[in-house]
Amino acid sequence: MVCGAVPHGTMGVRTVKYMLLIQAGAVDAEGGAEGCDVQDWMEYDKSVQDAGIYVSGESLADLVSATTVRVGADGERTVVDGPFAETREVLGGFYVIDVPDLDAALDWAARCPGSRGGGSVVVRPVADFGA
Amino acid sequence: MGGEAAGAVAAVFREEHGRLLAVLVRRFGDLDLAEEAASEALEAALVHWPVRGVPDRPGAWLLTTARRKAVDRLRRDQAYAARLAVLQAETDRAAPPAVDEGADIPDERLRLFFTCAHPALPAEARGALMLRCLAGLTTPEAARAHLVPQATMAQRVVRAKKKIREARIPFRVPEPHELPARLPGVLQTLYSLFTEGYAASSGPDLQRPDLAEEAIRLTRVLRRLLPAERETTGLLALMLLTHARRAARTAPDGGLVLLEDQDRTLWDRALIEEALPLLPPALAGGPAGPYAVQAAIAALHAEAPTFATTDWPQIVALYDVLSALAPSPLVALNRAAALAMRDGPGPALLLLDALGAELHAHHPYHAARADLLARLDRRAEAADAYRRALALAGTDPERAHLRRRLHAVDP
Repeated sequence: MVCGAVPHGTMGVRTVKYMLLIQAGAVDAEGGAEGCDVQDWMEYDKSVQDAGIYVSGESLADLVSATTVRVGADGERTVVDGPFAETREVLGGFYVIDVPDLDAALDWAARCPGSRGGGSVVVRPVADFGA
Repeated sequence: MGGEAAGAVAAVFREEHGRLLAVLVRRFGDLDLAEEAASEALEAALVHWPVRGVPDRPGAWLLTTARRKAVDRLRRDQAYAARLAVLQAETDRAAPPAVDEGADIPDERLRLFFTCAHPALPAEARGALMLRCLAGLTTPEAARAHLVPQATMAQRVVRAKKKIREARIPFRVPEPHELPARLPGVLQTLYSLFTEGYAASSGPDLQRPDLAEEAIRLTRVLRRLLPAERETTGLLALMLLTHARRAARTAPDGGLVLLEDQDRTLWDRALIEEALPLLPPALAGGPAGPYAVQAAIAALHAEAPTFATTDWPQIVALYDVLSALAPSPLVALNRAAALAMRDGPGPALLLLDALGAELHAHHPYHAARADLLARLDRRAEAADAYRRALALAGTDPERAHLRRRLHAVDP
């Protein structure tokens, strides 16, 4: 596999930051993603680092630990437990990578273990307000 | 004089538009800038050509003018230029500028085909982009061709271009190892344009650009650019053979004429003659693709003097191949119809009954079933099936056809 092996960060080549939002397809009783093979993730993480495209990335703790905050028009703060895992897909983590174009980002998304086993990876360019 | 020159400009421009745009996109890496420069070059041609005459190499003239317009724009708009500057350096390094001023426009259109049909774009925008970027249709023309309001078409194009720009969908030809995954999307877009041309063929607007012919024209171009890809050849053959029957498909009153009732002398022999030599290369040299197999089926119809003397055993065999390649209830339905011609309506009816769960909401299924029941002289059941088909049919010509059939079994 040579996907994503396009030279990057080379002087003069404009790259784009993309966020890969990793959606777990199925969630177990504790709100953790099912079928998560630690070895696969470690290998993927290493290949992202080695390719020199890594900007940032985090894996999120189980959904049972999530809390939702809303502030109404009157300024009143509402805090509730959740969201619960009723939604079919749950955000499990993300990467931000810096690559030349969407095709390269899609290749990295396809290599991500989160895109398999009923999960999916949503690829979104990071807004560029610089130019 | 003015009108003549304008006509010449329009003809040249339509022919050269895709090439021009592809080279400009390659050079500047930006579709909007490329489109703007291309249309300004056309305006300049409309001013100058009637006075000075059409240049010897109209394409090269348009390209030189368009590049100058693009550079002017970048000089005027420094922020825009800054955004594109690095991009430009990148494109220049990737390959030395492919353009020398004296030559005709080099053909960079393949990358545009792949960008327009990129899987990250919504399906309904892909055909619209191809019509605009590669076939040279304006947005109002593309809207008329698709029978959608101009605003809808404009919105589709604007959104798709925004996505290309912001998500940075590249203008590049996929690597050979990526082609098997990417080419089917390009072929599917072309085939959708083609079939939509048929769906829209009963519309009221006679000035509408012919989608089927545009799709054929673009597929010819794609085949020249990718001569080794056999499915492109198969798709072109399938389109030509289908298009050849066009005049026979519609009755003078606008009604639909089925294959079995068509006047075969109306079939366009020139298109058939163009298509038949495409089949051997499309079918040979490895497992055939679904377009090539469908073209082979269409060719057997084209070569048959009558519906009854068609080589039905061979057609059933080809549908067996197609069912293995691209299984779908519709392929199974067509296979059953061919089998009815080979083995009679009884065995075919058994096949259709097995498809009922998947196709019960599909009017051709009920129409095909009704035809078989009528042939078996089970008139009450046939009438019932025609009524179900009538309730589901979408267009007037189809309904008129079904009413005639219903009347024959239930006068």
